[in-house]
Amino acid sequence: MSTVHTYDVLVVGAGLAGMRAALAAYQQGATVAILTKVHPVRSHSNAAQGGINAALTDRGDKWEDHAFETVKGSDYLGDQDAIEVLAKEAGDDIIALEHMGVIFNRNEEGRLGTRRFGGQKRARTFFVSDFTGQAMLHVLFEQILQAKLPIYEEWFVTSTVKDDHGRCAGVIAFEIRTGNFALFKAKAVILASGGLGRVYEPSTNALICTGDGMSLAYRAGAPLMDMEMVQYHPTTLKGKGLLISEAARGEGAYLLNSEGDRFMERYAPNMMELASRDVVSRAEQLEINEGRDINGCVLLDCRHLGKTVINDRLRQINEEAKTFANIDLAEEPIPIRPGMHYQMGGIKTDIDGRCWDINKEWKGLLGLFAAGETACVSLHGGNRLGANSLLDTVVFGRRAGACAAEYAKTLNDPKISEALVDVDHDLVSSILRRPSHDDTIARIRLEMGQTMNRHLSVFREEEGMRTARQVIHALKDRWLTVGITDKGHVFNTGLVNTLELGFMLDCAETIIAGALTRQESRGAHFRTDYLNRDDEDWLRHILLYHSANGSPEIDYLPVRITQWKPQTRVY
Amino acid sequence: MNTTLRIRRFNPEQKSPAPFFQEYELELAPSDSVLDGLIKIRETLDDSLALRCSCRGAICGSCGMRINGHAALACKTKILSATQEGSTIQVEPMNNMPVIKDLITDMAPFWDKIRQIQPWLQPAAPPPTAEHLAPAETMSHLSGVMSCIMCGVCVSDCTVLEVDSTFVGPAALAKAYRFVADPRDAATTQRLQVLNQPSGMWDCTRCMECIQVCPKGVGPMDRIMALREQGMNESVPSTCGSRHAEVFADLIEDKGILDEPMLAIRTFGFQNWRRLLGLIPVAIQSFRHQRIPPSGPFHRAVPGIDQIKRLFTRMRKQP
Repeated sequence: MSTVHTYDVLVVGAGLAGMRAALAAYQQGATVAILTKVHPVRSHSNAAQGGINAALTDRGDKWEDHAFETVKGSDYLGDQDAIEVLAKEAGDDIIALEHMGVIFNRNEEGRLGTRRFGGQKRARTFFVSDFTGQAMLHVLFEQILQAKLPIYEEWFVTSTVKDDHGRCAGVIAFEIRTGNFALFKAKAVILASGGLGRVYEPSTNALICTGDGMSLAYRAGAPLMDMEMVQYHPTTLKGKGLLISEAARGEGAYLLNSEGDRFMERYAPNMMELASRDVVSRAEQLEINEGRDINGCVLLDCRHLGKTVINDRLRQINEEAKTFANIDLAEEPIPIRPGMHYQMGGIKTDIDGRCWDINKEWKGLLGLFAAGETACVSLHGGNRLGANSLLDTVVFGRRAGACAAEYAKTLNDPKISEALVDVDHDLVSSILRRPSHDDTIARIRLEMGQTMNRHLSVFREEEGMRTARQVIHALKDRWLTVGITDKGHVFNTGLVNTLELGFMLDCAETIIAGALTRQESRGAHFRTDYLNRDDEDWLRHILLYHSANGSPEIDYLPVRITQWKPQTRVY
Repeated sequence: MNTTLRIRRFNPEQKSPAPFFQEYELELAPSDSVLDGLIKIRETLDDSLALRCSCRGAICGSCGMRINGHAALACKTKILSATQEGSTIQVEPMNNMPVIKDLITDMAPFWDKIRQIQPWLQPAAPPPTAEHLAPAETMSHLSGVMSCIMCGVCVSDCTVLEVDSTFVGPAALAKAYRFVADPRDAATTQRLQVLNQPSGMWDCTRCMECIQVCPKGVGPMDRIMALREQGMNESVPSTCGSRHAEVFADLIEDKGILDEPMLAIRTFGFQNWRRLLGLIPVAIQSFRHQRIPPSGPFHRAVPGIDQIKRLFTRMRKQP
């Protein structure tokens, strides 16, 4: 007999989106619990360095400008109704965060200060030095502590479960510390489990970013959308791929090639280094491919900013540069290159986080919600603007939480067979029973990561992606037999990594399927065999459904356009 | 470079579990981190090694452990800074918390202490419609404390927690300071009154270990000292700790030299005769070891005391 927990709303993931959702659901009067595979403040939301966008009208900014620049940034693939919500509600959410206790940087008048970020003409990025995500994450955690919400920390979700009506009604999870399984029943489940960066090697993402939520939803029948849209960040360190924030360029840093040219002049004469990320990453990769590189990198030059700006506004980045690249930004330019950073696609949701369509235009999964990087509303379309991801987490985390709580009010406690737990328990037991041999999960993950980084990066073409598809299929077969040495139940990190790898292989497969399907170049998806954007055929989203035979089933959805007709995109 | 990692391991599921050391020899670049080494072991030599790690960039706080005897983030510790070619790095789980498995400790006591200080903003009135106005320097100063990532490294190496597990500890106190120093928080006095209790801010012995090991430059002990100062300014009830600080200064002003017996008597107070009687063995020992000057246990003012007094007067005018 396994343990059973029951809540109105269960949130999986305790990053910014998850905690914001939990708080909103709690404020609507729902009973809420958070379930997370790491402690809340360990989440990858920490890594968001630069800031959070908002057009504050009392400062003369207009939400329409922010919305338009987001639409343009998305290469017109973002849904404009969702982007309008994002831009209109941003101001209130920033102020709410300030009221919760976030220590935003101030200007001389003691009001919130801003900095510039890429793809935007106006300084509308609010920030806490260069650790904005961390500063927000810790404050949201404080709010969760104050509300005394139950947190199941270091619990790993193995699957979602459905009730008799086919509604998503909870999850099965085990406690990593003991290996004990439990059934979590809930009237609404919110997946807020972050991105999938580890599908790539290297990646700026933390080791925990393994696409769990996307795979869980996909396996349960909810569609993933626009998975081919993988953002390469223009400034990552060679080697492990650690991130150097866009804040550096926001404060005025230059990009230089081996000849000392500010090469962005040739690619984006107006916005220069602050063009949108896909544009800058492509420019850098071209410079590198054409031989104007320094050991596979170009240079980020901060020297002219001076020590004061570097120490006050880029403190952590400079620390990071010193620790991980042995470079003081005030003294020397730092070699950087484009690196995998963010998944624009994800679990398809509406503007209230629902993973099903109340108008039934697309098929989804009732009772399931998603928010944050794991979701695709879609705000970011083909390319996310810097400092829009933090905003995404708080606006759509809040909306998903509130909607889930309202939805839960309409339902009775779900009826679920407890025997469902046995299925997942048996899967874990079978993994533990497999003999460990030469093949390892580390090897499979590395092959997957390198394959993705080779064939599904800044530039893509048909043949390479087909090769990648074959490799991933083979790796999926190997995953079925790979074993681990540790057969124990207490903190078996090998077991956790094995299950995560299973999730990541699903994600890799859907990224490739989406990328092969989209026969055009848009945003981060640039195909050397289809060089142009093709609005006639491809101004639409690609939905991917799990199918019995393994390869994803493809469907399409029109892009929602409210007031900004697609134009040629120049920076 | 050829490196050996000597790792303290513990498997709770073994029969009669006991910690033991295991050595792994591997090739690493000098610029690699200890975490790179541990991951390499897990991926190529022994996938049963248990540790927590995530961001690899010193922002998530998962990989706190003791490296060559001192707590640190494994991802931030360079192989080169920890060892030389061909020698050994010792890696152990953090101190002052129970070990679950290998390098993984039970962080529950750590989080309990954080909860203890009511770590959330408690503003006075309903908030304004826009943001709170706050001085830029104050917020920038606070963001220095806010860069704490709750890794537990300071708690691991805290020498007070080693002997007294009730001490609220450096991380929680630094967090408390973050609210006490926040102009938007209205619970300062209550917070200081709670921190003034035993096991609170006066229990730090100023060993500086937490400042030394903190990977984010938070300087927990400096924050504790700032809390004490603010406590004394806010005149929360005096404690042995605050009286010790005050009497210390008074004695120097009066005599120009630290009069230790008088410091003890005035810190504890004459009415606290039981505590004072407890000091008699210390006095006898001091006498035996000739730690008491020939002029007698109590000091007279040093020559030139007038100048010292003038210094105090001037300092009090312009703090």
